[in-house]
Amino acid sequence: MAVAAVSKYEFAPADTQDKFHGAQLLYIGWEDHLLFCAPFAFPFPATMRFGDVVAGPMQAAFGYHPDFAQIDWAKAEWFKSGKPFSPDFDKSLAENGLKHKDVIRFRTPGLTGIKGSCS
Amino acid sequence: MSTVFLALQTNEETRPIIEAILQDNPSAVVDEQPAMVKINADGRLVVRRQTIEELTGRDYDLQELQVNMITMSGNLDQTDDEITLFWKA
Amino acid sequence: MDMTVAKKKLGLKERYAVMTRGLDWTPSYQKMEDIYPYIAYEGIKIHDWDKWEDPFRLTMDAYWKYQAEKERKLYSVLDAFTQNNGHLNVTDARYLNTVKLFLSGISPLEYVAHRGFAHAGRQFPGPGPRVACLMQSLDEIRHAQTQVHAVSNYNKYYNGMHDFHHAHDRVWFLSVPKSFFDDAITAGPFEFMVSIGFSFEYVLTNLLFVPFVSGAAYNGDMAAMTFGFSAQSDEARHMTLGLEVIKFILEQDPDNVPIVQRWIDKWTWRGYRVLTLVAMMMDYMLPKRTMSWKESWEIYFEENGGALFKDLARYGIKMPQCAEQIALEKDHLSHQAWSTFYNYAAAANFHTWMPDEDEMEWLSAKYPNSFDKLYRPRYEFWREQAAKGNRFYNKTLPMLCQTCQIPMIFTEPGDPTKICYREVDYKGDKYHFCSDHCKAIFEHEPEKYVQAWLPVHQIYQGNCFPEGTDPTVEGFDPLAAVLKYYNLEHGRDNLDFDVSEDKKNFAEWRGQATKNI
Ligand SMILES: [Fe+2]
Ligand SMILES: [Fe+2]
Repeated sequence: MAVAAVSKYEFAPADTQDKFHGAQLLYIGWEDHLLFCAPFAFPFPATMRFGDVVAGPMQAAFGYHPDFAQIDWAKAEWFKSGKPFSPDFDKSLAENGLKHKDVIRFRTPGLTGIKGSCS
Repeated sequence: MSTVFLALQTNEETRPIIEAILQDNPSAVVDEQPAMVKINADGRLVVRRQTIEELTGRDYDLQELQVNMITMSGNLDQTDDEITLFWKA
Repeated sequence: MDMTVAKKKLGLKERYAVMTRGLDWTPSYQKMEDIYPYIAYEGIKIHDWDKWEDPFRLTMDAYWKYQAEKERKLYSVLDAFTQNNGHLNVTDARYLNTVKLFLSGISPLEYVAHRGFAHAGRQFPGPGPRVACLMQSLDEIRHAQTQVHAVSNYNKYYNGMHDFHHAHDRVWFLSVPKSFFDDAITAGPFEFMVSIGFSFEYVLTNLLFVPFVSGAAYNGDMAAMTFGFSAQSDEARHMTLGLEVIKFILEQDPDNVPIVQRWIDKWTWRGYRVLTLVAMMMDYMLPKRTMSWKESWEIYFEENGGALFKDLARYGIKMPQCAEQIALEKDHLSHQAWSTFYNYAAAANFHTWMPDEDEMEWLSAKYPNSFDKLYRPRYEFWREQAAKGNRFYNKTLPMLCQTCQIPMIFTEPGDPTKICYREVDYKGDKYHFCSDHCKAIFEHEPEKYVQAWLPVHQIYQGNCFPEGTDPTVEGFDPLAAVLKYYNLEHGRDNLDFDVSEDKKNFAEWRGQATKNI
């Protein structure tokens, strides 16, 4: 449907990739850990290695949770837009098929938050 | 029938008005909350000028109620003599 | 009080006719569509504007008289409040954060409502709705001004209120109420009336003002209670305008029904999402609680809104579908919201805290299906960590919903352990949503929402730092730069209540007020 308007209604979208100074947005959520109230938004270069995202910014963002240190990354399950996804930690975001404003989540079997409350 | 309600500030001006509403509406129930009074009634609630005038002993213009009204629910109709709140279904 | 009225020559109905339709005229040398250029494009068909009548039959002369009376009452109370150091009478200093939230989140909307009703009223060819919109426009600017006056007494003593309007236009979570109203005033005049006049004023206002105002009364805040009641005394008239407008549009033409239904669906949901802030205020921010969010939703929406939609059924209007999802969220909304502000306490203009043991008990009694299982363990963990000097401050920015602009904190309908993710591909870009309803709103008018000023994305684009900031220098601290842009001072206006100046000062001043020192 088009916006009902008195004249032509066309405006540029606010968040296209060219506006992020060489970075692209990646959203990351940790299933069963709602102590972090929402998934995170990160600006990363497309060339960044996936393993570096996990070891750097993800460690910084999720590390407060006692479960984070317990994660066995070999067992983690990943999803991209809700569908199973197998990231290669040695490849870049782009090589893993991740584009601007993609959303990924990970589940860490056996780890279900504070006292199993999914917090 | 659904409930209609009128909520008024709790003060000296509204005391006789609430009394009048209770006199005129047998189904009205008062719910006192911090600093306000909510009057619930079944399907219909009438505020009558004449009853208020009898209770206060002075002329009363129903539009004065504007000053002390907080909220309401239902369709409304106001004349010189009455304010009516009602649901049609 | 002197309220005697000179003997009227005309009855109320006649006077109303004379003072509305009687003052109107039919243009002779200008075309109607040139005078009222925005009245046709939304697809609403009106055949007879004279069918609209204000059931209060309030005319401008009476309006001025009663509004003046309201102002006299309000300002005499405010004087007494100031003369009596009223700010020290509130239950405890945590309460003040409610005032900060209100001033920066709601008062600026009063001002926008003033503009919105002035604009919509100007567009309507019917004198009845035009006069009613004029009155509401004046009411709304009165609300904005009296709220600023009342709260300015608190601003002399407490932090975070000094630049509320600047904050409203910038602070991340304030984009939620701001974008809500911007969405409404950028719609046509009919949609504006349905969005604000009907959905917000009629369906939802009781959930905003009644808990806030009676909460203020219950917590010893005479200033907020008084401006609240003064504003609220206009509200019955606004609600009536909202309801009459909708009935009028629906009666004018059957083609209007599906358009109005879509607007009701959209704006009930948009308004409800904004009320997330009220839900947490009621359950967490009032030291003395009046009722829980869930209870107030049940009374004011399920019961009262249920009656309303039953009454509107004769026009073919149905209860908005989102009501089903809202019913599932009522056990969770306030807790998920408070968790969010606890997370991002370093970036807000008010303080947050963990509920004490008594408050936890109250929460588990009011929310037996959810609190102990899902939220208490989280809070106990946070409390333990804070006691160890490790208070959680989330410093990574959250993902936002493209439509409501709230972080993606809401869970799947029916599964409160899973975040609800929805997405849409539009013209080569991805857009994300908190819910099916926010997604559907986007899909109906994507061109509108792709322009959204999402605070998180704006920060990453470099648009939320003070002028001249170079984010590429060594050791650049983005949070510090963003707070400067918000005109908030780190360590004073933000962080946990426990470490706040407000807490310290309030205790000291109250001590001085009750002892001879
Ligand atoms: Fe208002
Ligand atoms: Fe949303």
